[in-house]
Amino acid sequence: MAEILKIDRLTHTYSIGTPFEHTALKDISLSIEQGEIIGLIGHTGCGKSTLIQHMNGLLKPTSGHVYLDGKDIWSSPKITRASRFRVGLVFQYPEHQLFEETVYKDISFGPRNMGLSQDEIHSRILEAIQFVGLTEEDLQKSPFDLSGGQKRRVAIAGVIAMQPDVLILDEPTAGLDPAGRDNILENIRAYHKARNSTIVLVSHSMEDMAQMADRLIVMKEGRLFMQGPPGRVFARAEDLTSIGLTVPQVTTVIGYLRELGLPLPANLYTTEQAADAILSLWKGGHHA
Amino acid sequence: MLKDITLGQYFPGDTFIHRLDPRVKLICVVLYIIALFSAKYFVTYGIMLLFLIVAVCVSKVRLTTILKGLKPIFIIVIITAFLNLFYTPGDPLAKVWIFTITRQGIRAAFFMVIRIIMLIIGTLLLTYTTSPIALTDGLESLLSPLKKIKAPIHELSMMMSIALRFIPTLIEETDKITNAQKARGADFETGNLIKRAKALLPLLVPLFISAFRRADELAVAMECRCYHGGEGRTRMRQLKFASFDYVTLVSGLVLCAGVIVLGRFGW
Repeated sequence: MAEILKIDRLTHTYSIGTPFEHTALKDISLSIEQGEIIGLIGHTGCGKSTLIQHMNGLLKPTSGHVYLDGKDIWSSPKITRASRFRVGLVFQYPEHQLFEETVYKDISFGPRNMGLSQDEIHSRILEAIQFVGLTEEDLQKSPFDLSGGQKRRVAIAGVIAMQPDVLILDEPTAGLDPAGRDNILENIRAYHKARNSTIVLVSHSMEDMAQMADRLIVMKEGRLFMQGPPGRVFARAEDLTSIGLTVPQVTTVIGYLRELGLPLPANLYTTEQAADAILSLWKGGHHA
Repeated sequence: MLKDITLGQYFPGDTFIHRLDPRVKLICVVLYIIALFSAKYFVTYGIMLLFLIVAVCVSKVRLTTILKGLKPIFIIVIITAFLNLFYTPGDPLAKVWIFTITRQGIRAAFFMVIRIIMLIIGTLLLTYTTSPIALTDGLESLLSPLKKIKAPIHELSMMMSIALRFIPTLIEETDKITNAQKARGADFETGNLIKRAKALLPLLVPLFISAFRRADELAVAMECRCYHGGEGRTRMRQLKFASFDYVTLVSGLVLCAGVIVLGRFGW
């Protein structure tokens, strides 16, 4: 796998020189590979949002560098702008950014800014709505007549239509019902599969993370706290709880079972894994 | 960033001036302005300047902050100085083309510039050391006699506090939407005026929608708490005069009266 995004000793300070000066990121170095699904977790205010806004050049580092495909994204204004299209960022509650009269026009905003041809824009829109599960009928509706969940799909489609190589989503499932949540995650996975794109997912739901992520990055007060595959990160349940995070419920259950003396591995984090492990233990017990 | 705009900005602190009753501060600023316009010459201006310097030092507001607040009125100061310098009749000192510089003109320009700068610093000091909420509370209390003639003072001050309360929220919201649209390649910085105005549309539409949504939510929340206007309403923060408030008020009155009297004698 090739490295697509590299963050090198990144520090960011807000409102320098005022009484409100605040350092949100401290000396962060990270490497993200092409095709990875990254889960970014951390307590509220730990700098997650600041970090992701550096990945597509919305914020300029106070010190340090961000490289996209080996090029510093702040080396020229042209590259900065281009990086916004290659790294698509879906903000929290993206439905609040809708503004056009029709869904079609709103989704086309990004591709239009890229300067694509009408035909290309049209085909990209049709492709994007498939990923997020909207129908062609929806395209002529006003985005403001849609339900909350539908609006969010439109907003996500607006970023997907730019066909970014890296798709970053800040809490894409916040405030959705369970069906809507599963749906959005399914859509993201479909996009990931179809284009082998890199996904960075910010979420407070450890269940979502367990389901989706290849690698977890944990932040604490503007610094990197730990990173690694979900199994390894969730195995350190005590460290996570100490910084105000949790582990998936099933991991907690396994933890209790281990305390009772059952020989189960500590790195289980999805219901399927847990079921398999318990089943094999039970079967093993019967054989013995 | 938008956040950096100084908009009647309050700098929290715990100095003598921060603790003064907002009503006292408002009255003192009015007295200060009256005195400033009654000042005539070095003695009276000297007294005012001394007072201002002491107030600034006590408030611990940084000098850079004050200079930043002065920046927007720079042009006005220049124009005032210019007009006073060339259009004050009196003994001519020099003549350039159609402009005549008089001794009186130099004097008028000099004092006018000092007056404007001192005026702005004095009022800035009020907004730097008083939170917007305290300021509206103070105004409401000072204007409350007008309720007798059915002026909707409480409603006005409520609207003002709500407007003030939502300025930072709306600025934050604007930042957020700007970033979201920038992430989709929106370009707010280049192009001619018409192009830039058009580029604001993706920003303004969501901003208005969210402002209306917030207004609706706030109205419902106020209804839920049975808000029904000013009548019989008590306050969480009661404004009470402490002894140092009386002292300050009396000193302010004395100072103002003194400057007016001295100004009469042309000092």
